[in-house]
Amino acid sequence: MTGDIVPEKPVRDAIEVRGVSKIFGAGEGRVAALDDVSVSIRENEFFTLLGPSGCGKTTLLRLIAGFDFPTSGQIMLHGEDIAPLPPFKRPVNTVFQNYALFPHMTVAQNIGFGLEMLGRPKAEIEARVAAMLKLVQMEKLAGRRTSQISGGQQQRVALARALAPAPKVLLLDEPLSALDFKLRKEMQIELKRLQHETGITFIFVTHDQEEALTMSDRIAVMSSGRILQVGGPRDIYDHPAERFVANFIGDTNFLPATVLSSAGGKARVKLASGIEIDAPLPAGFTPGSEVTVVVRPEHARLMREASTLNGTVENVVYFGTDTHFHVALDQGRGFVVRQQNARSGEAGVSAGDRVGIFVGDGAAQVLKD
Amino acid sequence: MASAGEGRGVALRRTGFSVKRQTGFGVIAWLCFFMLYLPILTLVLFSFNADQSMAVWGGFSFRWYESAWHNQTVQDASLRSLQIAFIAAILATVAATMAALATTRGRAFRGEQAAYAMINTPLIVPEIVTATALLIFFASIKVSTGYTGLGYLIAAHTAFCIPFAYLPIRARLESMDLTLETAAGDLYATPWQAFRRITLPLLWPGIIAGLMLAFVISLDDVVITELVKSGGQDTLPTYMLGQLRRIVTPEINAISTVFLLLSVVIVTLFFLLSRQRS
Repeated sequence: MTGDIVPEKPVRDAIEVRGVSKIFGAGEGRVAALDDVSVSIRENEFFTLLGPSGCGKTTLLRLIAGFDFPTSGQIMLHGEDIAPLPPFKRPVNTVFQNYALFPHMTVAQNIGFGLEMLGRPKAEIEARVAAMLKLVQMEKLAGRRTSQISGGQQQRVALARALAPAPKVLLLDEPLSALDFKLRKEMQIELKRLQHETGITFIFVTHDQEEALTMSDRIAVMSSGRILQVGGPRDIYDHPAERFVANFIGDTNFLPATVLSSAGGKARVKLASGIEIDAPLPAGFTPGSEVTVVVRPEHARLMREASTLNGTVENVVYFGTDTHFHVALDQGRGFVVRQQNARSGEAGVSAGDRVGIFVGDGAAQVLKD
Repeated sequence: MASAGEGRGVALRRTGFSVKRQTGFGVIAWLCFFMLYLPILTLVLFSFNADQSMAVWGGFSFRWYESAWHNQTVQDASLRSLQIAFIAAILATVAATMAALATTRGRAFRGEQAAYAMINTPLIVPEIVTATALLIFFASIKVSTGYTGLGYLIAAHTAFCIPFAYLPIRARLESMDLTLETAAGDLYATPWQAFRRITLPLLWPGIIAGLMLAFVISLDDVVITELVKSGGQDTLPTYMLGQLRRIVTPEINAISTVFLLLSVVIVTLFFLLSRQRS
């Protein structure tokens, strides 16, 4: 039905999810894992589904892969509805969280499996497997059993196996979660490189906000079966639209405020301290509305004199690259300011000091709720 | 203080209950082993007796092995046993594999628990009850069809071998990672291809183990065979039972020893295969 109303988009969308719901169970135990989700994923994009466990991100991935079928809605791949197709008929491949490598096959046989199932000629499979082994730098281990290689190597084989049939879209289900910290950092860079070299659309699922921010072209933040916000990492971080997004990604200060006036997506808001600042504003607010304003700790500045906000330093926490100042505002709330540490000139602020906090125009963001 | 605490920790570990440290454990254990293996050892020993006695040693000889080998009835019974065991084990394993797949794969279906119980009832129902039931049931079929071939024995053996084949196959299936099949489907394998290329090769050790277990169980059966068989359909165990009622010579020992060896070999293979991890 929505398909009739929504105008056809140009084909640069790789995947378009249209009003998809997924209901598990019935009656009392009925759970909506996905609740009327719509999102477009562009071609050649590194797109991340980010959210806490149980938010529906893996369910959405499974629907795109075909391991599950939506209760309602459409999933378009290059303009064609693939929602009713079984997984083996979709030009979409998956990297599984536990890799799911076939233990009775060699590394090369694993990588060639998809092409073999597609009935490609032997020579083509061999050439493609060799190219994939080179791409993930595993040439030397082609003849090994998958149980004889390390976790990081298994990860590379899983990637090569999913990329070998040249899918239109590659789905990655928290593929880095089983790796240790250092290897994970390496694989993050490796994944970006692979995406760049292959030009394949990546849909990446993670609960790790840092991973999402560093790797993605765009991020969809999910919670309770809904997509709350879609945007670039900067967009999501600097302009969170909802309290959940602001809270889930990075550290945030929440401040109550009143809208004085708004024009062109910007509002003049009055903070509880009586100071007025400019802040971007989502649609739908009228002057006089009580709102919540968020300020990132590193977007505020600690001052020796009275400023936008005023209070007393409660705690100073040193983090190496930066220092966190926990300030008790005069209006009774806590506020955290993060300042980068310089080689010389310590902040010279210690617990008990009176300080001002400068929040510039544009450093704050008004939340939707 | 620290060392005292440590000392107590060691003492606690020592006082943890262990059946191995109970008085008389060793004696009881050895007694059990003797009770189990001494008779078998005696049986094997006297199979090499040159004398006709089963109690008095008269020197070493392969005499009874030779006589058993040339005994036409023993030959027939052995071949019949192997034939029945071979066919019944294969049929039971095929059925057990399908049953195991149905009860572990996919969504639980209504009556799955009941199906599981029914597959395994032959393990619980007293064999003599099954045997009597089969005897009466087959008797009426024999009368109405006139068929008196080995089919009855094969059918009966297949039925009671199914749970023995089922258990190792199911165990293997349960330890298998289901995402492997999902991954195969994701890589363009149809459900049949995924089964052929992924599930079946990984299940193979379980299937072979089930097959061997079923084979040994069938080979060994007396009660059901004794009641179901028609005239001249003695298997090796029922032949031996018959012999024991008449003249007993160490030939029985020789046959038993070969039988024992065969079972040990098969069970060892079963053990090695079920231990094999992929």
